[in-house]
Amino acid sequence: MTTLEAIHARFQVIWPGFTLDVDLDLPGRGVTALFGHSGSGKTTLLRCIAGLERQGSGSLHFKGEVWQDRERGVFLPTYQRPIGYVFQEASLFPHLSVRKNLDYGRKRVNGGHKVSLDHAVELLGIGHLLDRMPDRLSGGERQRVAIARALATSPELLLMDEPLASLDLKRKGEILPYLERLHDELEIPVCYVSHSPDEVARLADHVVLLAEGRVRAQGGLRETLARLDLPTAFTEDAGVVIEAVVADHDEAYHLTRLDFPGGSVVVARRPEAVGRRLRFRVHARDVSLALARAEGTSIANLLPATVTEIADADTPAHVLVRLDAGGTPLIARITRRSRDHLHVMPGAPLWAQIKAVALLG
Amino acid sequence: MLGEFHPALGNADWAAVWLTFRLASLVTVILIVVGTPIAWWLARTRSKWKGVVGAVVALPLVLPPTVLGFYLLIAMGPHGPVGQFTQWLGIGLLPFTFPGLVVASVFYSLPFVVQPVQNAFEAVGERMLEVAATLRANPWDTFFTVVLPLAKPGFITAAILGFAHTVGEFGVVLMIGGNIPGKTRVVSVQIYDHVEAMEYAEAHVLAGGMLLFSFLVLLALYSRKGAVSWK
Repeated sequence: MTTLEAIHARFQVIWPGFTLDVDLDLPGRGVTALFGHSGSGKTTLLRCIAGLERQGSGSLHFKGEVWQDRERGVFLPTYQRPIGYVFQEASLFPHLSVRKNLDYGRKRVNGGHKVSLDHAVELLGIGHLLDRMPDRLSGGERQRVAIARALATSPELLLMDEPLASLDLKRKGEILPYLERLHDELEIPVCYVSHSPDEVARLADHVVLLAEGRVRAQGGLRETLARLDLPTAFTEDAGVVIEAVVADHDEAYHLTRLDFPGGSVVVARRPEAVGRRLRFRVHARDVSLALARAEGTSIANLLPATVTEIADADTPAHVLVRLDAGGTPLIARITRRSRDHLHVMPGAPLWAQIKAVALLG
Repeated sequence: MLGEFHPALGNADWAAVWLTFRLASLVTVILIVVGTPIAWWLARTRSKWKGVVGAVVALPLVLPPTVLGFYLLIAMGPHGPVGQFTQWLGIGLLPFTFPGLVVASVFYSLPFVVQPVQNAFEAVGERMLEVAATLRANPWDTFFTVVLPLAKPGFITAAILGFAHTVGEFGVVLMIGGNIPGKTRVVSVQIYDHVEAMEYAEAHVLAGGMLLFSFLVLLALYSRKGAVSWK
């Protein structure tokens, strides 16, 4: 990753009872999830990138451009940064119609519109709402308009602060497909703040784990989620994300086989055509281990794997075991007693039994 | 007791009404211009001086008008700082002139404009300003395209209150303006003169007019959607 493609961010914000101290290189493409619990500093970091936090010191270089550099006395105010920002609550201008909300930022941008207004409207499916006032929209519609409004400025960097957090499950499901389309169809790098592992697993390419204002881990989605050395808070919900291809449908039993490097799993029939890519998540608590390939079990998904690492889990009764299944990492959460009975140790060959997978999308 | 009833107003009465209207209109315009930046600063600042400035602006709410008028008279008099300045400018002294009345009324009615506008600014909230900034609007642009439209009800309340309160002043006018027909004799002073002269019928017409005017203004204010937003 050269500096011309990357985002380099270094921020130090010190408030009473909270310190943000990060030094990050983020990829200049794809979706980067800033992931952590509330109070971890992820929103503050996003606000720093946007120039909304002026306190504290820092520097921000975006693809070779200096947006902020304390030593050089540079600070581009927010309105001069080519960003799009989606706040947690939609924050539409209540005195303007949907159309005028969309136009507000767009007409203040000079030069190239990489994203046309029509494209933003179409991407978010809000064509029928243009003449409405914001108070006549549902929560999900409002958030879609807010996302389109940010996109309509043709930002070079899209910043999203938990855009789904204020919505119920149904509305979330309504917006997620649109976010996936953004990812697939636009070449704008996105920083996406979230505390939901499922959202991160579904949308992100790159993950930055934050805790108490510091970066605990960062890297590609799969590798980062499969790490065991993360704070306990994350391991309660430990698991891996696997990217697979729809390989085959079994019409008689209504099943679908998904292939990935190192094996395959069978899940209930999926609507996707053969060849489509799908992400699924395997929770550590849904993986059990056996010394031999189990016969006479209802668990259909068995993968040969090798133990690579063992770490403490969230309770003293459990451990997390990291496995390598032909190139695909897996995490199993087993009891300490099982570890000793099965002599689980790095290098040991085992069979991973996957009780359930959570398909994303 | 009421004397002979004259439903029509005399020339002096009409002059007082016209003068009052001119005074209140001019003062309202000046107050909106002067009060808006003060209200913006009070709504946004984290300065330790916020309390002091807020208290000074609110003083006319509690001070007897004679006290305010007394100090303004001293300040604008030949030995006061304002008086020295206006003499230096070559415009003479302000007391007992229409401009003097305008200056005094601006001080007197200031809180009635600043407070509703300040409340309206505070209600707009930090978030809207941040949203505008992320949509490339600079601070002035944001002020005119987001803050002013959202604070419009506060401005309407402020203008109505500023106008009505200036129409209703008496003590400050007497201290600063005296009682010069056509120059400083406003309706409230004219009523006082009528009563002094036992011209109760004329006093009735003007007083009744003021009562009706004030009631209609407040009716308009309290009937508006969202009611009154001033403390």
